[in-house]
Amino acid sequence: MSIKGKAYIVGIYEHPTRKADDKSLAQLHAESAKGALEDAGLTRADVDGYFCAGDAPGLGPLSMADYLGLKLRHMDSTDSGGSSYIIHVGHAAEAIAAGKCSVALITLAGRPRSEGQATGTAPRAAGGNAPDVQFENPYGPATANMYAMCAMRHMYQYGTTSEQLAWIKVAASHHAQHNPRAMLRNVVTVEDVVNSPIIADPLHRLDCCVISDGGGAIIVAGPEVAKSLKRPKVKIIGAAEAPKHQMAGHVDLTYSGAVWSGPAAFAEAGVKPADIKYASIYDSFTITVLMQIEDLGFCEKGRGGKFVADGNLISGTGKLPFNTDGGGLCNNHPANRGGLTKVVEAVRQLRGEAHPAVLVKNCDLAIAHGTGGSLGTRHGAATVIMERE
Amino acid sequence: MPSQERKIQAPQPNPETKAFWDAAAAGRLMIGKCTACGELHYYPRAICPHCLSDKTELQQASGNGTIYTYSVMRRALVPYAIAYVTLQEGVSMMTNIVDCDLDKIRIGQAVRLVFKPSESGQPVPMFTPV
Repeated sequence: MSIKGKAYIVGIYEHPTRKADDKSLAQLHAESAKGALEDAGLTRADVDGYFCAGDAPGLGPLSMADYLGLKLRHMDSTDSGGSSYIIHVGHAAEAIAAGKCSVALITLAGRPRSEGQATGTAPRAAGGNAPDVQFENPYGPATANMYAMCAMRHMYQYGTTSEQLAWIKVAASHHAQHNPRAMLRNVVTVEDVVNSPIIADPLHRLDCCVISDGGGAIIVAGPEVAKSLKRPKVKIIGAAEAPKHQMAGHVDLTYSGAVWSGPAAFAEAGVKPADIKYASIYDSFTITVLMQIEDLGFCEKGRGGKFVADGNLISGTGKLPFNTDGGGLCNNHPANRGGLTKVVEAVRQLRGEAHPAVLVKNCDLAIAHGTGGSLGTRHGAATVIMERE
Repeated sequence: MPSQERKIQAPQPNPETKAFWDAAAAGRLMIGKCTACGELHYYPRAICPHCLSDKTELQQASGNGTIYTYSVMRRALVPYAIAYVTLQEGVSMMTNIVDCDLDKIRIGQAVRLVFKPSESGQPVPMFTPV
């Protein structure tokens, strides 16, 4: 069974907050849910499926169904870190296609900034039953140095440079200047990026995403519901997911799980990378974007550095406009999980609702792709391809 | 050396991994070997990640390897080098590169095994350039 054409994204919401020290976590989830329902023109009573991940409080769907007063017949709390919500879109389409629910609500929220988390640089906390912990934690794996090891190997193997990686941040900043809510709105240059302090070799401070509070929500519904709503129709035509890990010790950090989820999603959608008009690509770090672009097939493996250089990701001038809201690199990274906002900006582009300065002309086909967990150890890749109907 | 001043989080052995850490305390680095399929793996586990057999055992590694990749964490109280080292036996492991000038670490560099005490006193395997 294919999900192609079986479900639509009918509601989106990006929480405007970037620092929410006056709100609770459940409240941010609820405000996001409310926003997406209003955007769709639906009510709480319409929701019969709910999706959330590890950022949700308590027992996820149970705690949030309780808080929101939801009456559900389907729930899913798949957690693959920041890419979870892209997986949720695919799972929601599957559940709708199988008749398990008709209106699916996906929420995300978090307050890492208010809580003072040193997200990228603090070594992983001890404890837990994860089998890898005792073989890794003694060595100080944080977030930044895991992705940095991927960048270091990519540079060694393919000759990728810091300047090429910097172009990814430059492109994001060109987009963020038009987003009044973006945390970083100044346009930066390649020199600004490579002259910013090194966090973990070879990644500089400006190679890293922001730390922000916030949240968001997505509503997925079947064709009948989508048809009844007075909103531009965004159809889900392909979705796939895949974990990648250390392969029992045969570690290869030069590629991501997008080598599996990408082709599967493209095959289901019946389109090619060259057909894509707009791409939301998870940008926890610049290297994340570069590797995913290669692995999704937008360029040959190892040629990502050349592909992203010279403004090729900037809307209006580049061949592959990406993250036109400024992405995680400049706009926000709620809950340290950027997958949901990737889908939101892709839907804005397909609806023609992105900021006019970054709006992609005739945007009828878009992709949202994410990497959750850690690119340097274990991660979940998730791809969704969407079409304007 | 900076790497020796850093607090090293102590591993918490469990029934599955106690033999690995006991060997480490005796100065030996062990890798996983499956006698059913013959493949090596790391980190060592009771169930083979290649064939799911429970006929796994620990095999002592030579302690020689090369740096597959690394990164020096500069934004830390004491900068340190995290790395994946590919052992002579073929499997790669996360580790630290220690007792050296952090600015001179390179991918492909030959390294050899050393042990450093963690906060509990339990020695953990690390590597230093040859």
